[in-house]
Amino acid sequence: MSDSSAYPPLRAEYERTLPPPGDALSPGLSRSLRFWQIGALRKALILAMLALIWEVSARLTGNDLLLPTFLETAHTFVGAILDGSLLSKACISLALLLRGYLCGIAAAFVLTALAVSNQLGRDFLDTLTAMFNPLPAIALLPLALLWFGLGNGSMVFVLTHAVLWPLALNTYTGFLGVPDTLRMTGRNYGLRGLRYLLHILIPAALPSILTGLRIGWASAWRTLIAAELVFGASSGDGGLGWYIFQNRNELLTDRVFAGLAMVILIGLLVENFVFVALERVTVRRWGMQR
Amino acid sequence: MTHALELVHNADRVDDINKFDRTDDLTPATVDTQRLLEIDKVSLQYRTAKNIVQATQQVSFDVYGADRFVLLGPSGCGKSTLLKAIAGFVQPVSGEIRLDSALVDRPGPDRVVVFQEFDQLAPWKTVRQNVTFPLLVSGRIKRREADEIALDVLAKVGLAKFAEAYPHTLSGGMKQRVAIARALAMRPKILLMDEPFAALDALTRQRMQEELLALWEEVRFTLLFVTHSIEEALVVGNRILLLSPHPGRVRAELNSHQFGLRHRGSAEFQMAAQRIHRLLFEPGA
Repeated sequence: MSDSSAYPPLRAEYERTLPPPGDALSPGLSRSLRFWQIGALRKALILAMLALIWEVSARLTGNDLLLPTFLETAHTFVGAILDGSLLSKACISLALLLRGYLCGIAAAFVLTALAVSNQLGRDFLDTLTAMFNPLPAIALLPLALLWFGLGNGSMVFVLTHAVLWPLALNTYTGFLGVPDTLRMTGRNYGLRGLRYLLHILIPAALPSILTGLRIGWASAWRTLIAAELVFGASSGDGGLGWYIFQNRNELLTDRVFAGLAMVILIGLLVENFVFVALERVTVRRWGMQR
Repeated sequence: MTHALELVHNADRVDDINKFDRTDDLTPATVDTQRLLEIDKVSLQYRTAKNIVQATQQVSFDVYGADRFVLLGPSGCGKSTLLKAIAGFVQPVSGEIRLDSALVDRPGPDRVVVFQEFDQLAPWKTVRQNVTFPLLVSGRIKRREADEIALDVLAKVGLAKFAEAYPHTLSGGMKQRVAIARALAMRPKILLMDEPFAALDALTRQRMQEELLALWEEVRFTLLFVTHSIEEALVVGNRILLLSPHPGRVRAELNSHQFGLRHRGSAEFQMAAQRIHRLLFEPGA
């Protein structure tokens, strides 16, 4: 039956007048699925699982000196929070950290601003980042102690160093990735210099700047705790690292764990409340990041 | 398609709004149709990783006020580089570009560019903020006034409802409309468009051409439009400069004011298109 003159049947044309569209409501998610959509809940579940594993393995070990149980540590932690000893240590650490962090941000801003404005600034940033980024900030502490003496000065110096290089590197990489079209629109409106940087480059590079801020924050935190652990209270009254160090010396292992938990908790809080919130009101809202 | 018609129908309503206090509205009282832009024996080069490419050679032409001047040519004829030079992003190696007899030597808000790419809108600003941003940056007017102008031009391109939306939530055609609105809000001496509809689908492109013409009827801006589509050139332009490729040189300058969207498909339109095709692709013709 298949010959080349076979055509599909001729069918009648038709037209339809469409009624105005009604409200097309999409069916909602099921309750369990909606429950699962809450990110905090999923993360809490993971934390609970980890706590359970800890509790079980501590009970199996049965040695308080090596590994106190989760519940015991939680008890010590709450106690230390309530009597204020842990919180005051945390405050000392955080205050110092924030100073170093802000100094690092300011220095990174100046360096990257120089780097986008001329070739020499670019070379300067390239060379310095290549030299200092791989150098652990803590390695500068002995020198800093020599220069600035025991006290906050040397810690701020080391923390600045810990924040500056990763932030400068990420920020500058972000600047390089800004699309040409966006650059040209900025210049089209007569933007130059600092205003060009503030209005075009920084917002457009914000995803990588935020990454730099995160890495810088983590790096500063690590440096601070390590400095206090290795060199003791280098800044008068010690912070969290000192708290951990001292309690280990007295073999109060549950307090060591409480101190560590505080470090972790602060990290989690800053990540989830500061950085995620910052992302939500900026790069996610603008559709620059999923 | 209904959109351009709406614009025309709503024209008196828009005028009513403008009557209140705005002396600074978009419709110029009189359009100066004197010579506005002079391109005088301009040669352009750009550098690639390996060598220097001659983009245009000794190109000269004039654009007059209220022109819809089209630069047409195959890829490699330097039309986009020429537009960038007029915008001030690229310096000619020889020759001069003068706008209102002033030498063009840097980018400036008197020549606003609408690019082809959708990423010309700042993603961190809402549609309204994108439009007001250049107005505020130039420091000419206050925020309230800029907002008024922005809402006015956004209404003209049919995006009043989307003023508070972020660019990533818009379609490609809507983003281009925002870019056009932003450019118009600046009231530049000349509007430079670099293949603004090339990245759109065919139906949207046709509608955007229609809307652009309706806007021109309403506002009477001067337009320099780069395209590689013969049909688009005939529809959008009133005058067409044909450029030959490698390097870009002027092949011809033609009139196309007689053609609009509704002439598409007519015999004259086809003939004009064929003539351009011949001029571009048969060097001896």
